[in-house]
Amino acid sequence: MSDEFKIEIVNPEKSFLSKEDVNEVVVPAFEGEMGILKDHISIISFLKPGIVTIQAKSGEEKYYVEDGIIEFKNNTLSILTSYILNLKDIEKNKLQELLKNAEEESNKPEISDQLKYLADQKVETLKSIN
Amino acid sequence: MASLDDLKKRITSVKSTQKITKAMKMVAAAKLKRAQDSAEKGRPYSEKMNNIILNLSSGISDKETAPKLLSGSGKEQIHLCVVMTSDRGLCGGFNANIIKKAKSYFTKLNKEGKELKIITVGSKGNDQLKRVYGDKIIENISFKNSKNANYFDAEKVGKIIIEKFQKEEFDICTIFYNQFKNVITQIPQAQQIIPLNTKSDDQNNSEDNYEFEPDEDEILSNLLPKNISTQIFKAMLENSASEQGARMSAMDNATRNAGEMVDKLTIEYNRSRQAAITKELIEIISGAESL
Repeated sequence: MSDEFKIEIVNPEKSFLSKEDVNEVVVPAFEGEMGILKDHISIISFLKPGIVTIQAKSGEEKYYVEDGIIEFKNNTLSILTSYILNLKDIEKNKLQELLKNAEEESNKPEISDQLKYLADQKVETLKSIN
Repeated sequence: MASLDDLKKRITSVKSTQKITKAMKMVAAAKLKRAQDSAEKGRPYSEKMNNIILNLSSGISDKETAPKLLSGSGKEQIHLCVVMTSDRGLCGGFNANIIKKAKSYFTKLNKEGKELKIITVGSKGNDQLKRVYGDKIIENISFKNSKNANYFDAEKVGKIIIEKFQKEEFDICTIFYNQFKNVITQIPQAQQIIPLNTKSDDQNNSEDNYEFEPDEDEILSNLLPKNISTQIFKAMLENSASEQGARMSAMDNATRNAGEMVDKLTIEYNRSRQAAITKELIEIISGAESL
């Protein structure tokens, strides 16, 4: 039996990615990274800024997400995110810009703890890509 | 009867108007295609979002502790209406239909003695509403600068609404927009987004046992604000497709009317030219006879 499942990534503008031959997906869930394999229990969770890694038959792909919700059900993983970038296509100056914005955000004095945490996550992730 | 010169001038002016309306129709048709595309592409996101929320809200055991965006503030006194219209005119009944729908809702609220607050999105709605409901409009948002409906604009509107809700400035929020059915039919919609209406879709089998991480409440309180932006974005997409559709059919009509007008004027022009010729002939003949 094959151990592949389906993944769908959608953002508000369009359906971003759809694959049928995925073996494993690692998502940056809010309470820590989470690996999802076939026949995982139905789950709903949401994401913090980080890297989504997709291990598929056709190769490994990495995406940067800023937020999102995931739902896994009947061996279909849906990821809803408002901002997603393929690491392969990402450009250096775009990265710098994102990093700068994230740093600015995290340095705002009036920011709430949760937002600060998210912004810090963003900075960390972006730095690790760099 | 107007002189020949006048008629000629009128024919040329109607013809050039026709050229403009025809061009506008073409542009609208091209834009419609794109708007329709993006409306269709945007659908999976809002549908999935809705599904997840339905699943979540059915998993919530205690309605008392549910987030306020879902359960409401417990009152129904102050209504916030978000009227979404276009920034440009010349699109037939597009804006008028939304306004009509909104106004009838406003009158109903007035009769029931509820308090009304209005946010207008798009300048046309603001223009039409400010005459009668000027004192009720608390905010006017316009995206004249952005070419296509995009998610960031929707998020901005969503944030404003949520902020106002958290400050308890209103209890119930309804958005007004045109749903795109086809090029000639757009249906004005009133959709309540706060508190969220989850009852209507109960047939959706939500018996699956989900695992939640973190717990339902926390996910919901994160998800619901996003859902509001998503709903607004959906409304914006539907609206922009509707707007182009309405404009296209309006301009099509205008082009046809202009064509009819040109025909009529041409007949009149020919007739009066013939009359002038006949008159001249009569003058010559009667002049010759008198000799």
